[in-house]
Amino acid sequence: MKINKKLFLALYYQMLRIRMVEEKICQLYPEQEMRCPVHICIGQEGIAAGVCANLKQDDYVLSNHRSHGHFLAKGGNLKAMLAELYGKASGCSKGKGGSMHLVDLNVNFLGSTPIVAGMIPVAVGVAFGSALKKEKKVTVVFFGDAATEEGVFSESLNFAALKKLPIVFVCENNRYSVYSPLSARQPKERDNLMIAKGYGIYAQRGDGNDAASVYQITKKAVRFARNRKGPAFLQFDTYRYREHCGHSFDHELNYRSKREFNYWLKKCPLGNFEKKLIKRGVVDKKEIFLIRAKVQQEINMAVEFAKKSPFPEKKEVLTDIYA
Amino acid sequence: MPNNRMREITYKQAILEATSQCLAKDRMVYVIGLGVTDPKGIFGTTLGLKEKYGSRVMDMPVAENAMTGVAIGSSLVGMRPILTHQRVDFTVLSLDQIINNAAKWHYMFGGKMKVPLVIRMIIGMGWGQGPQHSQNLSSLLASIPGLKVVMPATAYDAKGLLISAVEDDNPVIFIEHRWLHGTYGYVPKKMYKEPIGKSKIMKRGRDVTIISSSYMVLESLRAAELLKKEGIEAEVMDLRSIKPLDEESIIKSVRKTHRLIAVDGGWMNFGVASEVIALAAEKGCGLLKNNPQRITFPDTPIPTSHALAKHYYPRAVDICNSVRTMFNLPGIPEKPSVIKGGIGFDVPDKTFKGPF
Ligand SMILES: Cc1ncc(C[n+]2csc(CCOP(=O)(O)OP(=O)(O)O)c2C)c(N)n1
Repeated sequence: MKINKKLFLALYYQMLRIRMVEEKICQLYPEQEMRCPVHICIGQEGIAAGVCANLKQDDYVLSNHRSHGHFLAKGGNLKAMLAELYGKASGCSKGKGGSMHLVDLNVNFLGSTPIVAGMIPVAVGVAFGSALKKEKKVTVVFFGDAATEEGVFSESLNFAALKKLPIVFVCENNRYSVYSPLSARQPKERDNLMIAKGYGIYAQRGDGNDAASVYQITKKAVRFARNRKGPAFLQFDTYRYREHCGHSFDHELNYRSKREFNYWLKKCPLGNFEKKLIKRGVVDKKEIFLIRAKVQQEINMAVEFAKKSPFPEKKEVLTDIYA
Repeated sequence: MPNNRMREITYKQAILEATSQCLAKDRMVYVIGLGVTDPKGIFGTTLGLKEKYGSRVMDMPVAENAMTGVAIGSSLVGMRPILTHQRVDFTVLSLDQIINNAAKWHYMFGGKMKVPLVIRMIIGMGWGQGPQHSQNLSSLLASIPGLKVVMPATAYDAKGLLISAVEDDNPVIFIEHRWLHGTYGYVPKKMYKEPIGKSKIMKRGRDVTIISSSYMVLESLRAAELLKKEGIEAEVMDLRSIKPLDEESIIKSVRKTHRLIAVDGGWMNFGVASEVIALAAEKGCGLLKNNPQRITFPDTPIPTSHALAKHYYPRAVDICNSVRTMFNLPGIPEKPSVIKGGIGFDVPDKTFKGPF
């Protein structure tokens, strides 16, 4: 692939920033002040970065429980996200949602929710509404491999294909649903690409740990959808390094083999990308050091903002019920 | 009371033991649900069952609606499934199968077939579980004819009611509470049944009847404890079954105390507490000395922030204050605030460190 320095730097920066935010959350979570479930996306940053680099600020994104990376890559406000994790009034959902309910309307990140597959039809509806309004926008919805098992996944693909909606379905296949491997949930012959194609939907598979390839694959899909040729379905293989929910590693549970884990660790989307950039002379160690320092400073300020922000007042319990 | 055939075990161990004994007794029983065979075993309630009972204990695809239909279908040909969900909220996806099929199958085919299905659901609370991970939809389910709904508060009842549910020939919704899993109680080793549709008096009293279920029974007992210091003797009743309701015992107790507080860890409108009070009003419990009161969640979705959870969840103090008002006593001051490093109102005790 031809090296586009600006693009590669942008992808690197995005992945690095997501990684560093997630690591900061992991470091702070044991303080017991972020009192909500967190689903860390370390290991899966390549998909968030590669997909969102193709989107304009007013394109729509919706996501699931593991949404920190999607939110950040779409340009969501970091301070508001961290404040939300701390349950603060300055959080993006005023503390009513927590980590599993992020939103930033400034960049059309329309929300994330933790009911598996619950966002897929909603995203189809966003694309439907957007198409009816004759907008030129694309909608992207992120979900995991488990979400494709829910009936609503198929129902949504059907409608999106029927109406040729401008939506890109992005399945992040990290092989596990909590501790349940794919083999406990899906026949090994199953192929989501064939399913999507069965509905007449454009479908591609890719290596989720290679942000540049995610970018290229998504580029075609987004163009396809934006030109109103119909929906696209993308599936990226990847791996989550931390436990399903929470800040730790979970090797002691033995539901994933050490070998498998190490195999994926060697495929680290951030580390490998960094090495590649250095090798090809896109950045050097000193520049990386400076980028890191800048990101670290931004994160520290956001954490300080979140920690110092006031909690929502008692009366907030009773607000926002009806519009 | 405790004798040599009983020992103290936790609520979750009681559920595990009941399940194991049901699997051992009847080869038609099987257990299915997300994570049933994983290393955490549904908060410990299914640990080791796979090793003991093999293919009758299984994980499943993330497809609640279809899998509920599958469980129903298998029960039509004689199986007795126990379907589990880690949160009540996830069963919402399967309401079609529960309400349209399971609840009505026996009736709509003229009593020719039965659906002996148990669906376990767990209510989350605190630690930022928020709007989609801590709902208690018991009253919604209890309003559907054809379903039975039980909500044990103690380890003893968890075991006895689960065995009854499995042996019942109807769909039974078995609702647990995350904050009860770690509580201890005396539980016999042998297999025993507690009747569905029967409440239990947890503490006798003559001055006021406090009726609750599931986790709120513990808060009610704490309230009764506080009230005792003022010389007020509260009678605390654990409904155990939401559907059918134990009408007789409710009426009997209220006729004795002439004061009624209905406590429910769910929403007020069209809820369990409303049902209890409607029943008391309709069946005539004699003149009540005070207007009956409902203590429930406010009529809003459940907030995530622990600062809001503190104001959201009713606790013993609120029950106590409601009773004190009836007796013209001043209220106990507000709950202490959530202090940095303190236990807070979003965890059952100090041992709970999140995240789920
Ligand atoms: C309808 C529903 N069922 C079950 C759950 C419990 N649950 C939360 S996350 C999760 C795993 C989802 O796996 P996947 O969609 O592949 O995403 P991943 O966590 O791997 O990123 C499950 C089963 C849920 N939140 N919603």
